[in-house]
Amino acid sequence: MTTHSLPARTDAPARTPVEKPPGRGGRRLLRQRAGRQHHAGPLAYVLLVIMAVLSIFPLYWTMVAASTDNTRVSQTPPPFLPGPNLFSNLARAWDEAALGKAMMNSLVVAGVIALSTVMFATLAGFAFAKLRFKGRNALLMLVIGTMMVPPQLGVVPLFMMMSELGWSQQLPAVIFPTLVSAVGVFFMRQYLSEALPDELVEAGRVDGAHSLRIFWSIVLPVARPAMAVLFMITFVHAWNDFFWPFVVLDMTNPTVPVALTQLSAGYVRDQSLIMAGALLGTLPLLAMFIVFGRQIVSGIMAGAVKG
Amino acid sequence: MATSTTKAPAGEEPPGPPGKTGGEGTAPRRRGALLHRLDIKGAPYAFVAPFFVVFAAFSFYPLVYTSWISLHRVELATLDVMEWVAFDNYVELWGDSRFWNALQNTITIGVISTVPQLLMALGLAHLLNYRMRASLFFRVASLVPYATSVAAAALVFTMIFERDFGMINWALGSVGIDPVDWEADKWPAQVAISTIVIWRWTGYNALLYLAAMQAIPADRYEAASLDGASRWQQFTHVTVPGIRSTIVFTIVLSTIGATQLFGEPLIFGQGPNGVTGGADNQYQTLGLLLYEEGWKNYQMGRSATVAWAMFLLLVLVFVVQRLTKRLRRTS
Repeated sequence: MTTHSLPARTDAPARTPVEKPPGRGGRRLLRQRAGRQHHAGPLAYVLLVIMAVLSIFPLYWTMVAASTDNTRVSQTPPPFLPGPNLFSNLARAWDEAALGKAMMNSLVVAGVIALSTVMFATLAGFAFAKLRFKGRNALLMLVIGTMMVPPQLGVVPLFMMMSELGWSQQLPAVIFPTLVSAVGVFFMRQYLSEALPDELVEAGRVDGAHSLRIFWSIVLPVARPAMAVLFMITFVHAWNDFFWPFVVLDMTNPTVPVALTQLSAGYVRDQSLIMAGALLGTLPLLAMFIVFGRQIVSGIMAGAVKG
Repeated sequence: MATSTTKAPAGEEPPGPPGKTGGEGTAPRRRGALLHRLDIKGAPYAFVAPFFVVFAAFSFYPLVYTSWISLHRVELATLDVMEWVAFDNYVELWGDSRFWNALQNTITIGVISTVPQLLMALGLAHLLNYRMRASLFFRVASLVPYATSVAAAALVFTMIFERDFGMINWALGSVGIDPVDWEADKWPAQVAISTIVIWRWTGYNALLYLAAMQAIPADRYEAASLDGASRWQQFTHVTVPGIRSTIVFTIVLSTIGATQLFGEPLIFGQGPNGVTGGADNQYQTLGLLLYEEGWKNYQMGRSATVAWAMFLLLVLVFVVQRLTKRLRRTS
C-alpha cells in the first residue's frame, strides 16, 4: 500500500498544467513545445558539449579498441584513433561468441515482446482511457502498483516454473514473462485519453460497431504514433534485458547480452575481441537511435510528464 | 446518445427467458441487444485482462511463491523435492556475514550511483531546456548510453578502469596521481560500478526532468522575475518545486533499480565468473548473492530468502521515505 500511492501522487500535480491548453490535435502530445526558455549562452554550450562527449566517448572508444589489436590496446597511453582491424575483429567476435545466433534470438525476443506489449497496452490503455466499467480506477491503480514490483524478486519460482514447462534454455522462457508492461499500459492510457476524442468513440457506437471493431478502426489509427514510440522503447528494454535471460538461458542459445558475458570469461582476455563483441551487440540499437532518435526522445518525454 | 434511445427498449427488458415469449421478428433483435450489452459490459474487462493474466502468472504468483520456497530446502538439481525447514534459511541468512556485506554494498553503491546521477540529470535537464541550436542532437546524445546494454557498458568500463593500461589511470598518472586499483580495492570498485550506472541513466532521467520543466507555466517565471528573483533563485524556487513530482518518481525508480543491481557488478572486472563480486566480496550486491546462492551453490531455498530480504529492504526504504516526508511536512 505504501508504494501504490506514490505514482498517483506524482501524476496529479504534473498533469494539471499540461492539460490546460486543450484541443490542439492529438499528436501535440508527442511533440515538444517551445516554452519560455532563455537562449543558451556560451557556457551552456560548453557544458552541453562536455556532456555529449562523456555520453558518446565510451562507445567511440569501444570502436577504437575493437579496431586495433590486443597489444595496442594494452599500451599506455591508450589508443585514441581507430586502427585497421575493425572488420576482422568483428568477424572473430561474431564467430567466437556465437553472436549470429544471439542476434537472431534477441531480434525474435525483442520483436515479439515489443509487438505484444504494444498490442496489449493499447487495448488496455483504450479501456482505461475511454470505456466505463466498474472498478476502473482501482484496476488502474493496480496496474501502477505493479510497476513497483521488481521482477527479479520472483526469479526462483519463475525458474522452477520454466523447468516444469520444459522451457529452460528456450526463448519462450524469456518472452512470456514480459509480454505486457505496466508502463506501456499507463503510457497508452495517458496518450489516448487526450488524443482520442470521445465523440469519435460515440460515433462508432451510433454506427453499431462493437468494441473490438471500434478499437480496430477508430482507436488504432489515432494511437499509431504512440504505438510506434512504445514499440521502440520496449524493443530497447527487451534487447538489453540481462538478469532473467542470464539466469534462464545458457551459452548454446543466448541473447546478445548473455553472449557478451561469454567473451570475457576466458582466462586470457583478448581485449579488442571483447570490444568488438560489445560494439556488435550495441550497433542495432545505435542504428535505431540514429534513425528514430527524435521519436524516441519525444516518447520518453511524453511518458514522463504524466508519470 | 442515439444508441441509448434505440437500444434501450430492448436492452432494458429483464433478463427473462430470451426469445420464447417474443414474436419471430424480435428474437434476433433481442439477441443483438443482449450481445450489445454484453459487449458494453464485458469488453473493457476483456481488454485489460491480458495484462492482469500475464502479470498474475509470471510476476505476482512467483513473488508470493518465493516466500513459500524460502521456508524450504530446495536444490537446483532436484527442483521438485522441497523439504520443510521453517525459518532456518532466515536464521542462517541473519547470521551470514556475506548477507550483511552484500546489504551494505547494495546500500553504498545505491547511494553513490543514485545521488550524483539525479543531481547531474537535473543540471543536464536545465541545460537542455535552453533554446539553442542542435537541441535534438544533444538530447539524442544524452540518450546514447541508455541504448547500450548493461553487458556492453560493463565490458567497456572494465577496460577504461583497468589498473595497468586503463584510460582513467593513465589520465590520473598524467596529472601525477598514483594508479588506483579499481577492481581489488573496495571503494574504488564501488565508485567504478556506480560510474557505469550513472553513465547509463543520467541522460534518461534528464529527459524526464526536461519534460516536466517544459510543463511549468511561463507566468510563474515571469512573476518570479518581476519579484526580482535571480536565475538561480528561479531555478530553486520555480523549476525544482515545479518538477517535484517527477523528482520523486525518478527517486523511486532509481531506488528500485539500486536494490536490484546485478549486471554491472557481475560483469565488471571478472566476467560472468564474478558472482562473488570481487575476491573479497568487496562489491557483491544482494542481487549477486541471490544468484550465487541459487545457481552456484544450488540452494534455491536460500536464494528465495535473499529475494525476500531484498523485498523487505525496498519496503523499508519506502516506509522511511514516507515517514521523513510526513515529519518534514508537520515540522
